Amino acid sequence: MSVHLILFLAFGAICVAGAVNLLAQTHPINSALSLIAVMAALAGEYLLLGAEFVAAVQVIVYAGAIMVLFVFTIMLLNAGVEERTKGSRVAVLFGIPGMLLGSILVGWVVLRHSGTEAVAAGALPGDPKVIGQLLFHEFLLPFEITSVLILIAIMGAVVLASKPPTAPARKVD
Amino acid sequence: MALPIWLFILASVIKSAIVLGVLLTAVAYTVWLERKVVGHMQNRWGPTRVGPFGLLQPAADGLKFLFKEDLTPPHVYKPLFIAAPLIAVIFALTSISVIPFGNSVMIAGYSIPLQITDVNTGLLLILGVTSIGVYGVALAGWSSNNKYSLLGGLRASAQMVSYEIALGLSLVGVLIMSGSFSLRDIVQAQQGHFWGFIPRWNIFHGQFIGFFCYLMAAYAETNRIPFDLPEAETELVAGYHTEYSAMKFAMFFMAEYANMITVACLATLLFFGGWNGPLFGPPLLQALLPVFWFGAKIFAFLFLYIWVRGTLPRFRYDQLMAFGWKFLLPLALVNLIATAIAVAW
Repeated sequence: MSVHLILFLAFGAICVAGAVNLLAQTHPINSALSLIAVMAALAGEYLLLGAEFVAAVQVIVYAGAIMVLFVFTIMLLNAGVEERTKGSRVAVLFGIPGMLLGSILVGWVVLRHSGTEAVAAGALPGDPKVIGQLLFHEFLLPFEITSVLILIAIMGAVVLASKPPTAPARKVD
Repeated sequence: MALPIWLFILASVIKSAIVLGVLLTAVAYTVWLERKVVGHMQNRWGPTRVGPFGLLQPAADGLKFLFKEDLTPPHVYKPLFIAAPLIAVIFALTSISVIPFGNSVMIAGYSIPLQITDVNTGLLLILGVTSIGVYGVALAGWSSNNKYSLLGGLRASAQMVSYEIALGLSLVGVLIMSGSFSLRDIVQAQQGHFWGFIPRWNIFHGQFIGFFCYLMAAYAETNRIPFDLPEAETELVAGYHTEYSAMKFAMFFMAEYANMITVACLATLLFFGGWNGPLFGPPLLQALLPVFWFGAKIFAFLFLYIWVRGTLPRFRYDQLMAFGWKFLLPLALVNLIATAIAVAW
């Protein structure tokens, strides 16, 4: 077994374990931290594929910035332990076997009939230069449209967060 | 000649051990330096009793931290209360791993770079690791179940996330000029001189504003005066580490100083030409001088840190946020655009 395969399996195991733990935990902060572990493990997988830039950005943007805001919100709201119900019987009877069946089916189709080979370790063009070329030459229009979309979202958030115009507050003597 | 795998692993382990040893010693003596320099600035002596010039003070402090009672207050959320200082110190120490200290050395015919690992996205890796380090402070504040700690933790995470943007943008100018994320390439792009005597460092190469932004953002990222709001002792007792004692507190302390050193290393590499400097004398001296220049530049930065700490008062929280978002961020953007235009010219 090569070092790459061992690392791949290790990161994959962390990833799946984190995802399961995310669902199993009752406290929101534990769930958020499991999600961070999932993100970090995914970054490790990207690194194994040779996509260094994507791995670094995955850590900075997802594990670093977005999840900090999640944790921040949980801390600010001081969200408590969530209540647990027994869960619906339909989910247990049909949902879980259905999910298993579905994932086996998808895996079988992808492995047998899509005709794609497994990606070799370090095979992806991970060089920041290549990604920059792709983003700013070939996919320039989608990239710019996405940035406008994000700008709209930011403006929406600012409008929602700013106070509605009300009568000026009375001075307190 | 490339190393065989077992030699590579061996070399990496040895290099990691050496770098970690040097870093932890540097952390201890930065604390000593700070106490000494701030002492003299305030017309005191600083530590003098333990050893000559108080040089053994860090060892005494370390022993004290080890033997203090490790208190865990009731009603804390224990798993995270224990994990938080570990997260802080581990990520602070990890980010040193991509910092190059000098050129390669030849040992037994193999070329070994003076760096734990040379990743070609080294700078991004440091930014990523430091952005994870925020969790240490934030979780410490939350898990302590104490209003002062919580406020400190919230402040820290808000401040670090805000200033990370300005920090990242201030570095893009340097990246445009050198065309690489690899710290080694960035240093190598700064070799040579202008008109024969001014070194070709990025700071003399139009990146002065970039450096200013980096420096300001770095003070905020490391929670140092004048931006030490997360642990503002006059309003928050001790901020996020109010409930911590003994070695757990020492871990936060070590993390802060290790982060200072990393920031100083980055500033040296990105703006001040890394290990570039005048080389002279016999071959052995020529081999050692780059590491010396690198160390001297870092020392200058640490001294500046301490100098600022001894000079400036603390900002108010709204001033901190306004400065970061309304002044530093636009300034970094202007620098980025100006650099891009100048390079494209």
